[in-house]
Amino acid sequence: MSDMTMTVGGGSGAQEALNFHVAEDHHPENATLLGFWLYLMSDCLIFACLFATYGVLGREYAGGPSAQQVLELPIVAVNTTLLLLSSITYGFAVLEMQHNRRGPMMAWLIVTWLLGAGFITLELTEFTHLVSIGAGPGRSAFLSSFFTLVGTHGLHVTSGLIWMIVLLVQVGKKGLIPANKRRLMCLSMFWHFLDVVWVGVFSFVYLMGVLA
Amino acid sequence: MTEHSPDLAKLIFGRLSLDDIPYHEPILIFTFIGVAIGAIVVLGAITYYRKWGYLWSEWFTSVDHKKIGIMYIVLALIMLLRGFADALMMRGQQAVAFGAHEGYLPASHYDQIFTAHGTIMIFFVAMPFITGLINFVMPLQIGSRDVAFPFLNNFSFWMTVSGALLVMASLFIGVFARTGWLAYPPLSELPASPDSGVDYWIWGLQIAGVGTTLSGINMIATIVKMRAPGMTMMKMPIFTWTALLANVLIVAAFPVLTATLALLALDRYAGTHFFTNDLGGNYMMYINLIWVWGHPEVYILVLPAFGVYSEVTSTFSRKRLFGYASMVYATVVIAVLSYLVWLHHFFTMGSGASVNSFFGITTMIISIPTGAKIFNWMFTMYRGRIVYDVAMLWVVAFIVTFVIGGMTGVLLAVPPADFELHNSLFLIAHFHNVIIGGVLFGMFAGVNYWFPKAFGFRLDPFWGKVSFWFWVVGFYFAFMPLYLLGLMGVTRRLRHFDDASLQIWFQLAAFGAILILLGIAAMIVQFAVSILHREKLRDSTGDPWHGRTLEWSTSSPPPPYNFAFTPQVHDIDAWWQMKQHNWRRPVQGFLPIHMPKNTGTGVYLAVLSFIFGFAMVWYMWLIAAISFVALLAVAIHHTFNYDRDYYIPADEVGRVEAVRAGA
Repeated sequence: MSDMTMTVGGGSGAQEALNFHVAEDHHPENATLLGFWLYLMSDCLIFACLFATYGVLGREYAGGPSAQQVLELPIVAVNTTLLLLSSITYGFAVLEMQHNRRGPMMAWLIVTWLLGAGFITLELTEFTHLVSIGAGPGRSAFLSSFFTLVGTHGLHVTSGLIWMIVLLVQVGKKGLIPANKRRLMCLSMFWHFLDVVWVGVFSFVYLMGVLA
Repeated sequence: MTEHSPDLAKLIFGRLSLDDIPYHEPILIFTFIGVAIGAIVVLGAITYYRKWGYLWSEWFTSVDHKKIGIMYIVLALIMLLRGFADALMMRGQQAVAFGAHEGYLPASHYDQIFTAHGTIMIFFVAMPFITGLINFVMPLQIGSRDVAFPFLNNFSFWMTVSGALLVMASLFIGVFARTGWLAYPPLSELPASPDSGVDYWIWGLQIAGVGTTLSGINMIATIVKMRAPGMTMMKMPIFTWTALLANVLIVAAFPVLTATLALLALDRYAGTHFFTNDLGGNYMMYINLIWVWGHPEVYILVLPAFGVYSEVTSTFSRKRLFGYASMVYATVVIAVLSYLVWLHHFFTMGSGASVNSFFGITTMIISIPTGAKIFNWMFTMYRGRIVYDVAMLWVVAFIVTFVIGGMTGVLLAVPPADFELHNSLFLIAHFHNVIIGGVLFGMFAGVNYWFPKAFGFRLDPFWGKVSFWFWVVGFYFAFMPLYLLGLMGVTRRLRHFDDASLQIWFQLAAFGAILILLGIAAMIVQFAVSILHREKLRDSTGDPWHGRTLEWSTSSPPPPYNFAFTPQVHDIDAWWQMKQHNWRRPVQGFLPIHMPKNTGTGVYLAVLSFIFGFAMVWYMWLIAAISFVALLAVAIHHTFNYDRDYYIPADEVGRVEAVRAGA
């Protein structure tokens, strides 16, 4: 076998006219949404670890209260409703965004923010109540993993709320320019993602904990 | 600190006091004096030559992937010196501490040294090395002008630096962890390790880990979205393939590390019971979680090295890579399997015969795609016109060394054998065998191979070969005795031995470490000599090795925009095909090029992260809170800057290209 056949690729003869560069302006696609999606998947793995930890430690009461004794479904039901509704209202905000209607978009975003803030308030109430009855995160491995899983979700919702304020200011200042629309779409993915995680928390921690 | 207001002092200084400065330890004092003199000389020289402005505007704030890549590798080389100093101290201690002789290192210091050595070598040498190479090479290989998120790239780098500085700070303020590099609980829990050591470890890795994860996301997005037209997935250069898979592993593994470190931190700071002995905690949970990250981590390191070997082998054999498709599939299979083997790090946990068999078998299966790669490299060399340049020498040393390391790995994968060899020096020999012989040799091959692309002149081959021979021979002297010692039952992390008959092996290992020291010294000489003789070593073609992939199609060092025109790809060896068609870099018809602007935000955020981490280590709650709020504020402020890019005018591009064409 001669060296030439080994090295010249793809069977293309040297005579064939091929174009080896793009003479016009070349712009690769914007990668922000893909990048943000990848970030969400990495965040999802953090939650996966916390779920796994809860799966291992969730029955280690160490003589302390069990899930059945301390978790109260009615509050959580209200909480879940608030968060799920906030996902719907964010969806309305995105619809308004697509029609370039800044005012209604911002109004729906504010409604979403209020629902999210309500969720956090109720969660904090639940946490302070638990700590006050001696069921704080240091009581048992069950409570450590409970507080960490639910609290990490709560921290994410809190960052989402801060982000929403920032975006409201930015949309207020600059309007629905492409950069802001992209950011709104990222926050939208983030917000729905938190909703999905919450469905997992609600079923796995609260429902299974109380029904066990 | 002040007598009259202890509460205020505590609020500001936390638990830090003058006693935490190790002025009573002569080794550390001399180290500090050495580091201080070195720092004064370097900083003084920068000030004297008025280079601060240049460094700040051209390097520190740069969002250019090539400069960030070079900075990553500089960080890796500096940290290599620190990590290797630790290794020398350990080898010295173990060579003399027999019988009545206690050696020169007290136990608490020795324990910090082996912990720091492992932590630094993995997180701040190997990781920055591969991230740096990927950063520099990959966008050039795919014909792109930068990465997908240039600012994020700069930020990721500075977060890595911030983590490294935090680990370095523990040398002179407080102590470092004495737990081993993975800080297993319950030893790493508060009751057994109450001092600052484990906290330095946690925050150093946590901060650097943020950078690594974000950089992983960035690189995946870059490879998926920014390839030159015509470059389908199966036409990507093999280094880009390994970079893609390594970064997929980063994004899929580092969040697990983040979560695990966070849980350990909660145990230590908030009194939770994840990994404690009491109140329901389960420390084997930690060991499972940390290795769910830890095993993919070794493939994160070695896959890009495999990519380097592939590029170097085909270039220096003057042949197309043998079995491109099988190479890609082997890489993918290794990446997937790397998630199915973590339990082999603790067969002795006692999870039972069936679980251990499963993980033993999956571990052995990994050797199949890896073996396929070895054959591919050998078949690439077969009947090639091999040029034994320094980079190629590293490849050959790798093939021999890595095969030995791989075989001892398969041996360790047999659970009954592992029960004997677990935690022994055999294990130490094995993983140094694959990480030095696999990862580090690959990085050295990569540095020799791509240096002329980065700087426009080759590295001096004579000193490269001197360094190569000292390194390779030194490696065998340093680690082969450890295999024997391990088989004899010597466990790792021992500071002192009773059995005098073992001493000769430790002395041989210490001799090997000295040879490696000479290898490192020769490498530094190689850099110095090359810079001095740069005109003689100058490469004006941009393609000194007759390369095959797109990075060699542009001039060296590449212009900020990499390619004046985006390449159009038709073949795996795109540049080789372009050369076959006598393609020349165009000299006219230039268009304005869209580029991202530099920004100092990455540096600010990293400095604040360092302050935050340091404050958390020392329980300085006030400073921690302030720096955290400042972090948020700077990050949010950055999002208000919409003016992030600019155009290089067409005539400017034309000027740059004309200079380079004439050079």
